[in-house]
Amino acid sequence: MVDITHYLVLSTIVFSIGVVGVLTRRNVIIILMSIELMLNSVNLNLVAFSDQLQDPSGQVFAIFVITVAAAEAAVGLGIIIALFRNKETVNVDEIDLMRG
Amino acid sequence: MKARPLYLLISPFAMEATLFYILATMLVVFAILTVTAANPVRSAVYLISALLGMAGLFFLLQAEFVGAVQILVYVGGIMVLFLFVIMLVSVREVETQRRANRQWKTALVLGIVLSFELVYFVVQGADVFRIDTISQDLIIESQTLNTETVAGLLYSTYLLPFEIASVLLLVAMIAAVVLTQKQL
Repeated sequence: MVDITHYLVLSTIVFSIGVVGVLTRRNVIIILMSIELMLNSVNLNLVAFSDQLQDPSGQVFAIFVITVAAAEAAVGLGIIIALFRNKETVNVDEIDLMRG
Repeated sequence: MKARPLYLLISPFAMEATLFYILATMLVVFAILTVTAANPVRSAVYLISALLGMAGLFFLLQAEFVGAVQILVYVGGIMVLFLFVIMLVSVREVETQRRANRQWKTALVLGIVLSFELVYFVVQGADVFRIDTISQDLIIESQTLNTETVAGLLYSTYLLPFEIASVLLLVAMIAAVVLTQKQL
């Protein structure tokens, strides 16, 4: 059995890659994909602890996280389409309607 | 001397460790490629590969149901939706533009610092995560099939959250339909 610390460290690394993606990219679709990556790395934590403690509740939580990620992707992509229709761009540097 | 089959030379532990490292490498490499790719379509394909690697890790952790849901929902549903939107929105303006924004150096440093910080605390606190004694009834429960166990929990202990999740999905569906209408 692989030690749980390995899974936690892996999940941390993937989460940090997602954070860097959200902070650095200009394309809003790729930012959304980085958020999906971050949500998924949290799932790895939940499932790893579920295996460690022999308690399947962690897997149930992972399924809820996947549900929320699906809802988030649907709404986020809807917003992106509405935004593209109005502003003709998916570049976050040019999306500054609320700056005032 | 008779040659032994290859699988006998590898102990189950070494097998699991090897699989873990292969899947972990795949996951990290494809995650980095997702974040750095210039073309959003490529980025989406790399993310699909990363999510498949994650599903493999779930299978390795004996969470077959979550792994299957991961493949069905993420790869089959969410990523196809992403590819659709990429095709609709941004085909012509890719690859010619700068891919990173002005603050990318600061963000990269912050990301690396965050990564080291989290890894440091996880490694320092590793002893807390190791629990030797597991209560007996949980072990008996875990000997049934994984899908059966998860389904039993979903429809008993977590019934209310399950119903709320269905309401959430309904709300998200209505929101997506309303947001994409012509006159908002």
